[in-house]
Amino acid sequence: MTTDVLTQKTGFTLAQYAICMNGIVWREALRFLHQRERFVSALVRPLVWLFIFAAGFRQVLGISIIPPYETYILYEVYITPGLIAMIQLFNGMQSSLSMVYDRETGNMRTLLVSPLPRWYLLFCKLLAGTAVSVLQVYAFLLVAWFWDIEPPHLGYLTVLPALLLSGLMLGALGMLISSGIQQLENFAGVMNFVIFPMFFASSALYPLWRVQEGSPMLAYLCQLNPFTHAVELIRFALYGRLNGLSLAVVGGCAVVFMVGAAIAYDPSRGIGRRGPAGGET
Amino acid sequence: MSRQMFYAVAIWLACAVPASATMAYVSNEKSNTVSVIDTDSWTVTRTIKVGQRPRGIEFTHDGKSVLVAVGDDDTIEVIDVAKQEVVDTLPSGPDPELFVQDAAGKLLYVANENDNTVTIIDIARRGRLGEVQVGVEPEGMAISPDGKILINTSETTNMAHFIDTATRQIVANVLVDARPRFAEFKRDNSELWVSAEIGGTVTVIDPVKREATGKISFAIPGLRREAIQPVGIGMTKDGKTAFVALGPANRVAVVDAMTHQVTKYLLVGQRVWHLAFTPDEKYLLTTNGVSNDVSVIDVAALKVIKTIQVGELPWGIAMAPP
Repeated sequence: MTTDVLTQKTGFTLAQYAICMNGIVWREALRFLHQRERFVSALVRPLVWLFIFAAGFRQVLGISIIPPYETYILYEVYITPGLIAMIQLFNGMQSSLSMVYDRETGNMRTLLVSPLPRWYLLFCKLLAGTAVSVLQVYAFLLVAWFWDIEPPHLGYLTVLPALLLSGLMLGALGMLISSGIQQLENFAGVMNFVIFPMFFASSALYPLWRVQEGSPMLAYLCQLNPFTHAVELIRFALYGRLNGLSLAVVGGCAVVFMVGAAIAYDPSRGIGRRGPAGGET
Repeated sequence: MSRQMFYAVAIWLACAVPASATMAYVSNEKSNTVSVIDTDSWTVTRTIKVGQRPRGIEFTHDGKSVLVAVGDDDTIEVIDVAKQEVVDTLPSGPDPELFVQDAAGKLLYVANENDNTVTIIDIARRGRLGEVQVGVEPEGMAISPDGKILINTSETTNMAHFIDTATRQIVANVLVDARPRFAEFKRDNSELWVSAEIGGTVTVIDPVKREATGKISFAIPGLRREAIQPVGIGMTKDGKTAFVALGPANRVAVVDAMTHQVTKYLLVGQRVWHLAFTPDEKYLLTTNGVSNDVSVIDVAALKVIKTIQVGELPWGIAMAPP
């Protein structure tokens, strides 16, 4: 689409779109950098899993080789992609939490009254959240490297597109959920009903063949869980390989969640209908 | 380009492609086969049927044959590398397990596990030259770089026997830890290393003084000490780095051969026993008996890069000489 066509259709130039995206992404990045506690906690959470939880299960996986790995791996190596996806899952939900906060304090309302299309504003917000999650992931991978988790050098590059896609999917999911949250306190429910089930019923902590041995039904649920595919997409990409099925599922879910979020945030159908945040009418 | 010129270029290109990559031969103790691994593609290209319970395996120095001790058939079989099949046998004693050749590649010294002897065989004549009585359950075999001293370790006697190759007499015995399985000289003859499976150590011996001068121990966090059972030893040509296979610990220990300190443990398959370097020492291959595979270690990076399925209970491994 050329600038002229875009301008004709929406009344804005590409430069104006870029200014908007820059503003939203930059605000989110600044916010992240200024909230050191958030950065530290985003890093500490997966590291606790890596250093403490994984240490107890060190010998669990020494008996089989599963793709994309070409040899035996320690449990720490196995759960690293799962922990990366966990960072993105929490970040996605945290972004949604920030949207609830923004809505309560009025920032979101200011943003949503911008003349630019609402879907574009939300997409920028999503992109901003994803960029922050990618920063967190690379910080985690840096620490993990000192813990002998050393994927191939090229893997650090090939994992980036997977991180962007899974970050968008999980962020869009968070956005979709946040549209239905009326108060900040309701976020605890998101933890219980979204984050924990998604994380535990996935291939993040244990390979699916292991889950299959314990409970075929759970293994089936894990396969239906888009988070499993985000984990597998990241796992394969980290070793320079592509998991086609996971790519399709994550890509498909990202689009569905994004469209859902765009619709949910439409004042005529979504939050506007319910009136201002905090249940006030 | 003329037709002749085209054919000439085509033939030159065909010749420029290496005729064969380095091949690793792995003896599979339970399936009674030898797996041939192409070290370029890291795939098993052929499986050769051999006698019963193949264990010790080595190339002859000319690279044309592979010798494999088939313990339950009480003989050493000769595999023709070109034909990829067993073509002959050598007369060992009962239950041959490990063997070593002299520097010239003419004599073969075989440890016969069941009758406490080392048999000396003339490889070319396929004849037995004599026997040396050693301790109970002989296994590990090594020959000093100058070819004057043959080492045999006896698993039950817990000794490294020093045998003079000229007189074929034991000239010294060095007590090591329980169940010595393997012996390896440094190329400069400065040290002899003997692994002890039950003892869980590697004893470093001064080959001149014929006494133990040091001991290497291993400790892997989270593993019981009994699970650490050192067997195979691989030493780089410069004598600076050694690799020790730790059996059911599923690890290969990387040892600084100068300081005798363990620097790293590499996770491989289950019950790793023997090791072999590729001729350029870029890779070290390990036989993992219980998981029926061979792991490939990148020697420079000290990383396990691949694991390849082979036959049942892979035991020994031999690499084609350069």
